[in-house]
Amino acid sequence: MKALRNFLNKIKPNFEEGGKLHAFRSVFDGFETFLYTPETTSTSGVHIHDSRDSKRTMIIVVLALMPCLLFGMYNAGYQNWLAAGATVFPFWEIMAYGCLAVLPTLAVAYIVGLGIEFAVAQWRGEEIQEGFLVTGILIPLICPVDTPLWMIAVATAFSVIFVKEVFGGTGYNILNVALVTRAFLFFAYPASMSGDKVFVPSDSILGLGHNLPESFTGATPLGQVATASGGDVAITDITGKAVSTCDMFLGLIPGSFGETSTLCILIGALILLIAGIANWRIILSVFAGGAFMAWIAHSFETPTYPASYLTVADQLCLGGFAFAAVFMATDPVTAARTTVGKYIYGFLVGVIAIIIRTYNNGYPEGAMLAVLLMNAFAPLIDYCVVQVNINRRLKRIKA
Amino acid sequence: MADKISNKSVIFNPFSKNNPVIVQILGICSVLAVTAKLEPAIVMGLSVIAVLAFANVIISLIRNTIPTNIRIIVQLVVVAGLVVIVNQLLLAYAYDVSKQLSVFIGLIITNCILMGRLEAFAMANRPWVSFLDGIGNGVGYAIILVIVGFFRELLGSGTLLGIQIVPDWCYEHGYVNNGLMILPPMALIVVACIIWIHRSYNKDLQE
Repeated sequence: MKALRNFLNKIKPNFEEGGKLHAFRSVFDGFETFLYTPETTSTSGVHIHDSRDSKRTMIIVVLALMPCLLFGMYNAGYQNWLAAGATVFPFWEIMAYGCLAVLPTLAVAYIVGLGIEFAVAQWRGEEIQEGFLVTGILIPLICPVDTPLWMIAVATAFSVIFVKEVFGGTGYNILNVALVTRAFLFFAYPASMSGDKVFVPSDSILGLGHNLPESFTGATPLGQVATASGGDVAITDITGKAVSTCDMFLGLIPGSFGETSTLCILIGALILLIAGIANWRIILSVFAGGAFMAWIAHSFETPTYPASYLTVADQLCLGGFAFAAVFMATDPVTAARTTVGKYIYGFLVGVIAIIIRTYNNGYPEGAMLAVLLMNAFAPLIDYCVVQVNINRRLKRIKA
Repeated sequence: MADKISNKSVIFNPFSKNNPVIVQILGICSVLAVTAKLEPAIVMGLSVIAVLAFANVIISLIRNTIPTNIRIIVQLVVVAGLVVIVNQLLLAYAYDVSKQLSVFIGLIITNCILMGRLEAFAMANRPWVSFLDGIGNGVGYAIILVIVGFFRELLGSGTLLGIQIVPDWCYEHGYVNNGLMILPPMALIVVACIIWIHRSYNKDLQE
């Protein structure tokens, strides 16, 4: 560690005013503060110093995503083995396969996203912001594992430029960057983002895994529900076995890479809550809103909308709902800021997610659209909450 | 003001410095609606040039006889008449394109650029200058339409004017047309990019 510090100190003068590499000072700053606590402290104004800077916040979110990532790796391999008709599931081989399946996506998301962030920071002469640290890992987690890499690159570039950088960079975006990446993919390349082929990795990688025949089908449970006709919503896994609510909760089902396991998401939620990063009000109210709407939909079940046959527990466990509740809706930049606003925001995310999922058969999953929609409304909710408070207090003065 | 501007600036200003779409932000609705393909974008652009130029001339000719309090109605009648003529011409000679454009030819009447130019320019200037102004603004509108249409058709369908541009080789290697380009939101983003580039070249337009 000492050697690294010395090395940094040695090359530092190059990046300071007048140095040869002065133009790249923001890149150097970014790496130095990533590795070590910055030496400089603020000299004016009143500031509370604690260890929770945004780098630490980001890294804890990344840690909280680890259970989902690891489980996603296992699940990707498991689905491949299952689709190939395997009966034994060698743990380490499956993990290695899943790891190889997701690594390229992860690498592409980080290289493209960070590349743009670095370039923009360099160009504007600002410090590099660390916001992409989380976004880069979220992107592979919410996309189908077989999404072509160039699509990931295009979508990441689009959302980093148009959702984040044009609004002023990290902390100024109105919409969640990772979700816009997914929305872009969903609308631009629908064939690669839905259907019954994309959610299971279908090729062997470096000799691991199995090449699946063209004929296999691995639709997600919600995909099966959306295409079900009449009152028949039997959810099956790849082999045709029925899927129970417990399977949905544990998550060994086809789906976008990291969002199948509600259990792992809840572990992540626990980490976020203990570290004080995610807001429990939002998580709670998203689940409350989802449960409320799912209960209404289930009470008025109709063959026109097959998803209304799902029970409340199924609705909450399936698809990206739990993932959106824990990792997407709680994004402190795009969520509502006021306490009452957070309840309203979260509740509406839950309600809208289930409404879209149930009453629009064209979209099997609504969590993404619900969070984006409420992102756009969050400032309005905050404004109303603040105004109501002002009016209430004004009345008290007059009375 | 009327006698000070040169004919040249009247016709060329709206191309860039005073472009109706990207500087005055008028007529955005039709830019979203008709630019999914290049061909309707070109036809729409030509139609607007024609309607705008002749409406400007007609209004300019009768500008001194129009009673002020009913001038909007008179302008609308003139524009509506011209739009009906253009529509019938398209139905007769370019039926397919006219089907694609559907109501948007009719909706030229409500295009803000027309009312804007009639009110702001034709009501106060002589016919020849008004004609040039109409041509200039129409072309300024058409330029943007064609640029947006070009990118949307190229990236969204892989074609230009219906002719395949993206080679089969790309499709065989996994390239997929961007379906979002066909949807209206992307037109807004393309227009935004044009504005972005335009403003970074014309620093005096930055707010």
